[in-house]
Amino acid sequence: MAFVDLKGVSLTYRLGKETTEALADATFAIDKGRFAAVVGPSGCGKSTIMKLISGLLPATSGEVWVNGARVMAPIKGVGMAFQNPTLMPWRTTLANVLLPMEVVEPHKQRFRGNRAEYAGRAMKLLGTVGLADFAAKYPWQLSGGMQQRSNLCRALIHEPELLMLDEPFGALDAFTREELWGVMQSLWLDRRFTGVLVTHDLREAVYLSDTVHVMSRRPGRVVMSTEIDLPRPRTLAATFEPRFVDIVHELRDRIQQEHVA
Amino acid sequence: MSDGWRREALRLAMPWLAVALLLVVWEAACVVFDVPEILLPRPTRVFAVFVARFDILLMFCWQTLWTTLIGFVIAIAGGMLLGLAIGASPFVYSGLYPLLIAFNAIPKVALVPILMIWIGVGAVPAVITAFVICFFPIVVNVATGLATIEPEMRDVLRSLGASRYEILTKVGIPRAMPYLFASLKVAITLAFIGSVISETVGGNRGVGFLMLSAGARNDAPTTFAGLFAIAIMGVLMYAVCAFAEKRMTRWAFRGELVS
Repeated sequence: MAFVDLKGVSLTYRLGKETTEALADATFAIDKGRFAAVVGPSGCGKSTIMKLISGLLPATSGEVWVNGARVMAPIKGVGMAFQNPTLMPWRTTLANVLLPMEVVEPHKQRFRGNRAEYAGRAMKLLGTVGLADFAAKYPWQLSGGMQQRSNLCRALIHEPELLMLDEPFGALDAFTREELWGVMQSLWLDRRFTGVLVTHDLREAVYLSDTVHVMSRRPGRVVMSTEIDLPRPRTLAATFEPRFVDIVHELRDRIQQEHVA
Repeated sequence: MSDGWRREALRLAMPWLAVALLLVVWEAACVVFDVPEILLPRPTRVFAVFVARFDILLMFCWQTLWTTLIGFVIAIAGGMLLGLAIGASPFVYSGLYPLLIAFNAIPKVALVPILMIWIGVGAVPAVITAFVICFFPIVVNVATGLATIEPEMRDVLRSLGASRYEILTKVGIPRAMPYLFASLKVAITLAFIGSVISETVGGNRGVGFLMLSAGARNDAPTTFAGLFAIAIMGVLMYAVCAFAEKRMTRWAFRGELVS
């Protein structure tokens, strides 16, 4: 059985008398340890999917299953990273990364007594994204790319089985973004969590994912799912090779149809 | 000496220069227009009275200061609790907010005679008036700090499985701190107004009482000495609050630190 399973999920936002159908019949599944991307025209309900899977929003109809259990309320211990790093300005980078340890069981119980051990773990993780020297700095003393790296560390420190990424590299410049794709890929190769990435950057989606799901325009449905069977680890150079470019073009053409229709 | 250093020195001297200028203009105006002392005493006269009656001023200032501070501290404690409750729960908000606004609209001077009937003359009405007058801005600011948390920050914690209590302690309270400290600067000056009003309407001690009784004797210099004393205490306590704000919520002043 798939780790994440969406069966005919729809969602209608209600604001007073006005209703907006954000999502209509989203159906797809992600196997455990796989990395999937959701792409589509803007406003197609991509971010809504993230909130539905993590249980932050209840579905209007259809079923969301994660790890064999139906999602009815916020599910616990998911790693999440948004476009906005949402680091807490009153905490140092290290303390920000350690935040999940203060909340997620079983670490919560052990955290007070074993602070040094946990700090060591966080330092190691910060080291793998090249931030070891910035642990004592506050988020507002870091660059945008560094903030987003710390954000990824915070999302991963408690070793979640599910990592949800909502355009986490969207606000970064092109060089930093591509560099962080590499960081993300090596973190995934290392830990093999189940990943869901929402993005409008097709190269990013193809570079990072095993499967790319294309959504229709609002109200969103999944209109195409493409397996990306390129060998890993993928390099930035590989993103300019014909096979990679062909896949990106195929995805772009499909999304283009949604704009024209 | 570099130009930057001189500018910095000038910047630090500016408040003193402004005060000195005000006093000089005041003094000169009194002399030039021959203002009678009972209307407006000259600053030098006020200063002379200040020195001559320093011990009695000090005693009454101390009375005003401690009643103000007790009212202020109670308002911080109560204001934080109520502010957190209002900011965290829509039900408490919709239930209590109109009541709070109604209460805040009542002129606090009108409360003092009622307090006199209930409690009698003394320090307690001054404490209560100080509390009542500075309670509202603290509540509103703390509630605002809580209500304006970024939804994404809340989502991050919710998806980790944090309880409402954990969201409150990990995000809500630290986030509300700069708002709390900003409100304290307003609240402390209001608290002085509250206690002095109470002393003026019906007190037997404190600077307010001193000013009222001096006024009754047509002793304008003493009344003005009382005014000066309140102003000095107000500025000092404001400075204490501003200092505490900088120390406790350093991160909220990030702009100044980075540059």
